[in-house]
Amino acid sequence: MGKTIAEKIFDAHLREQVSAENMVLDLDVILCHEITTPIAIMDLVEKGMDKVFDPTKIKAVIDHVTPAKDSKTAMQGKIMREWARRHKIKDFFDIGANGVCHALFPEKGFIRPGYTVIMGDSHTCTHGAFGAFAAGIGTTDLEVGIYKGVCSFRAPKTIKIEVEGELGRRVAAKDVILSIIKQLTVNGATDRVIEFSGPTVDKMNMAERMTLCNMAVEAGGTCGICQPDRTTAEYLWPFIQGDYATIDAAVEDFKRWCSDADAEYAKVIKINVADLTPMVTHGYKPDQVKTVTEMAGTKVDQIYIGSCTNGRIEDLRAAAEILKGKKIAEGVRAIVTPATPLTYSMALKEGLIAIFMDAGFCVLNPTCGACLGMSAGVLAEDEVCASTTNRNFNGRMGKGGMVHLMSPWTAAATAVKGVITDPREI
Amino acid sequence: MRQFGGPAILLDRNDINTDEIIPAKYLTEITKIALRPHLLEDLLVDGKAFDHESEAMKKAKVVVARENFGCGSSREHAVWAFEVNDKDVIVASSFARIFRQNMFNCGILAVELKPEEIDQLFAMKGDMTISINLEKNLLLAETAGEKKEFSFEMNSFDRELVGAGGWLAYADSKY
Ligand code: SF4
Repeated sequence: MGKTIAEKIFDAHLREQVSAENMVLDLDVILCHEITTPIAIMDLVEKGMDKVFDPTKIKAVIDHVTPAKDSKTAMQGKIMREWARRHKIKDFFDIGANGVCHALFPEKGFIRPGYTVIMGDSHTCTHGAFGAFAAGIGTTDLEVGIYKGVCSFRAPKTIKIEVEGELGRRVAAKDVILSIIKQLTVNGATDRVIEFSGPTVDKMNMAERMTLCNMAVEAGGTCGICQPDRTTAEYLWPFIQGDYATIDAAVEDFKRWCSDADAEYAKVIKINVADLTPMVTHGYKPDQVKTVTEMAGTKVDQIYIGSCTNGRIEDLRAAAEILKGKKIAEGVRAIVTPATPLTYSMALKEGLIAIFMDAGFCVLNPTCGACLGMSAGVLAEDEVCASTTNRNFNGRMGKGGMVHLMSPWTAAATAVKGVITDPREI
Repeated sequence: MRQFGGPAILLDRNDINTDEIIPAKYLTEITKIALRPHLLEDLLVDGKAFDHESEAMKKAKVVVARENFGCGSSREHAVWAFEVNDKDVIVASSFARIFRQNMFNCGILAVELKPEEIDQLFAMKGDMTISINLEKNLLLAETAGEKKEFSFEMNSFDRELVGAGGWLAYADSKY
């Protein structure tokens, strides 16, 4: 019997089978940010366990609230900084070099096919786009990861989603994943890995694959995962050229981490996206999804373009394509947050920042910002936000606010009209 | 082994998410105890704000809800918010993976019953007390007029973690 990518990764990292269902795995990378890590650090210090198992395998960033907005967030940053210094964690990204974790860490080449990755953040599933097993975990798991380099998981059952059909004009990876979550529902993939495959995914670039995998957790999934291929190797080439003679050699090697043709799946779902149209959420759950046509005309107060879902350069280019030479509608406000410093400087060089500013957008530094309502861009009661983020929970962007999730194209079209708008009409 | 159980509060909701359990604005706290006043602060039940400061809520040691409890963020703060309010058993028909893992990692209980059994709990009238027998995997629910017993399954590793007092202690002794 063949194996899935996740099963192959589990086999290669098995430290101990602790029960019929549970396995303790060795970890390749532990990612950290300033919201969930300081409390883990404090607890380890208090228990006399202030060690890191391997400082080269720990990567840390301050991204959720940066620069600090008050004394408490300043303290979270301070604890991270001192910890990174104390343990000689070289890959620590502070103000000036920091950006949204799930955009920044891949960009630095930290995630490779076949890796096991954990982070105290539910959207860690994003990194599965590289053919890695990457899962969000809580603080206790993070503490054990930092201290011992292991984490326990249940055996990975996988749901395979085979996507075929060519995406229509201005229909994005975000629309694909929203339609998949609608079909799976918010707990349709609980305790499952979601493997995205098929010709449509094979054709997607890494940014699009990350958008897909990013939202796996919104269907309850442990991890999203894509087969590592030439696209993966080309993206990673600057970081792996010392390890392989050619890109071809890397592609060949990555095949170790592809699912076998006769692998066993918990479920296989085939979808054809040729007729898919732009999608948007309504309500407070990410599986409450309608077509933009059904929601067209819904008034919004704020537009937010950014986050680990859609704050990459490809997303900014998409939004700018619509905004070029236009202004945001009267009565709305709009914020764009390039997800990383590299994204920001590329957007500057390409003239995208000028397009956003001319259109009337506020340009924020790379940060999670409005996405989780902790700092910049919080909504007031009864306000509505058109957002390229991944979560529309009640209160997510501010108590009493409503969030509609959509693609960068749709968000930009909505900014121009002030109401939810089909980007194909602009 | 530690004893689990006590007065129960029933929340008639699916998909209670981590942002409702503890809103992101409190994630800047670096002590667990600071979370205490904010448990379930943003919860909506029947579309209306839930009174998270009621007497019943204060007294409860067990929380019962329906499916997909704890979905959303990985914040262990959601588990701690229950823990520091002295609620160390959550009963639901299913849990989100990270939340469930966080519960056992803290050495407290996430108990899964079948949806029909959860319906039966919701159908019982009056104040409810729930006790858990971990040796026999039994949950006993009692009200003034009724008594119901359900058996539940528990993953053997999760049980070990509860016995060890959580994952950190377990991993420290073993790896
Ligand atoms: S951008 Fe939003 S979803 Fe992504 S890591 Fe930041 S807060 Fe989480």
